[in-house]
Amino acid sequence: MAGAISRLNRPTTARRPTHDPVWVRWTLTLTALAFLGLFLFVPLAAVFTEALRRGVGPYFEAFRNPDAIAAITLTLTVAVIAVPLNLVFGVAASWAIAKFNFLGKSVLITLIDLPFAVSPVISGLIYVLLFGAQGLVGPWLQDHDISIVFAVPGIVLATIFVTFPFVARELIPLMQAQGNDEEFAALTLGASGWQTFRRVTLPNIKWGLFYGVILCNARAMGEFGAVSVVSGHIRGQTNTMPLHVEILYNEYNFVAAFAVASLLSLLALVTLALKSIVEARSHSIQTVQP
Amino acid sequence: MFALASKEQSALPGFRVTLAYSVVYLGLIVLIPLAATFLKTASMTWPAFVEAVTSPRVLASYRLTFGTSLIAATVNVVFGLLVAWVLVRYRFPGKKFVDAFVDLPFALPTAVAGIALAAIYAKNGWIGQFMDPLGIKTAFSPLGVLIALTFIGLPFVVRTVQPVLEDLEPELEEAAVSLGASRWETFRRVLLPPLYPSLLTGFALAFARALGEYGSVVFISGNMPMKTEITPLLIITKLEQYDYAGATAIAVVMLIASFALLLFINLLQKWSLQKTRG
Repeated sequence: MAGAISRLNRPTTARRPTHDPVWVRWTLTLTALAFLGLFLFVPLAAVFTEALRRGVGPYFEAFRNPDAIAAITLTLTVAVIAVPLNLVFGVAASWAIAKFNFLGKSVLITLIDLPFAVSPVISGLIYVLLFGAQGLVGPWLQDHDISIVFAVPGIVLATIFVTFPFVARELIPLMQAQGNDEEFAALTLGASGWQTFRRVTLPNIKWGLFYGVILCNARAMGEFGAVSVVSGHIRGQTNTMPLHVEILYNEYNFVAAFAVASLLSLLALVTLALKSIVEARSHSIQTVQP
Repeated sequence: MFALASKEQSALPGFRVTLAYSVVYLGLIVLIPLAATFLKTASMTWPAFVEAVTSPRVLASYRLTFGTSLIAATVNVVFGLLVAWVLVRYRFPGKKFVDAFVDLPFALPTAVAGIALAAIYAKNGWIGQFMDPLGIKTAFSPLGVLIALTFIGLPFVVRTVQPVLEDLEPELEEAAVSLGASRWETFRRVLLPPLYPSLLTGFALAFARALGEYGSVVFISGNMPMKTEITPLLIITKLEQYDYAGATAIAVVMLIASFALLLFINLLQKWSLQKTRG
């Protein structure tokens, strides 16, 4: 729920003539653009303006700080672990759900969506309650000298939780719409199950897969609330980029805070660009294959 | 709970292994940790639970969180419909760019949005400097919370209404006009009713998102107890004071609200699917 709404697999329709008078069109368009400008463009512009307030030198200085480098490294590490895990789950779940009929299917689909309904703060809290010192398995973990909460594993777990549904919810409707005919044909012609998946299913779902992965990645790198609860905020060790931004901001080190924030904003802009490219592609694919 | 596949589909391989993997992974990552949260509250006595979730400070946070979320979702319905209408019906330069840009709140990390909004609406910020002489306090006030929640929920209504608006039959509109309806009447009586389910769905999605939102709010809100403290922040405050039971009790209340909303949204989507099919 808290994630993006999929815009793939949506047929494009021809634009109909509008009957609205010119002044109505102008007023509505300008009001809409003013609203979007105020709420979307101004905050984005503010990030870059604040980051470059003292010039290019202090801006790049922010990335030379060892804590900043550690934060960037940790964010990349977390994404490299969380995204592939949710990718494998997404493919497995959508294969089972889209290609087969079984009892409890709609329950399973709803349960997969569950993490989007949970507040990020609670997504972190549940792991603290499970693995923290006072948690259910906390004492056992302490006896065996394993730390999950306030350490990297907790951050990875919380990130996996908040990005859990992204790939699956993209692939399930896509694979359901495509049906099983092509896979049956491949099997009849003697392909193995794995060959069928790799040569028939995968090419059919590649854009949906890519779409899910970029959304999953953006959220994994940008997650704040859930990670904030489980991280313990140990500088240079358990600080991801968004947490580093928070610390710098609270220390009134605004240039550095907005510099790191600008890097995350660039990630968001790249995500949006890739997203529109995939949407355009999937439309053209659909019109080619009716 | 999960029975075997029906016979005609069993020719495809991999059902058992993919289903088993999905259920185990779902259980380990999502279901068991969530269940643990409910288990933790079960160890509290009922009066202790009631006291934890109804203390004045907690009640004040519910009022702020639910109140601002409701208003933000309403603002998003009005402007979301407007943006969707303009994007579907009109042509203007840079339209594709604007269309892609609408999803920014989904892609921008919430902490980044939070510090950006706080900077803009601070006393000396780009917009704050004009509001302050008028006596309007934005940062560190409920209005700041409202602005952040409006930002975060912006794409939901646009993205639920847009496809429905695109698929509306032009014949209905033309028929209404040929029968002598004015443009406004056509909009109100012919165009708007088919949009109700998607507007309501978008509203519910934006509302649900706003209820749990944390990152974009905490920088602009100032986090004053009883005044600008949202419920998710209160959970974190209790955790930092090692009041695990108190934090969990509030979390359970929020979880129940979220799950009820999720159920409502699922029903809504079924309803709107029927409406578009019928």
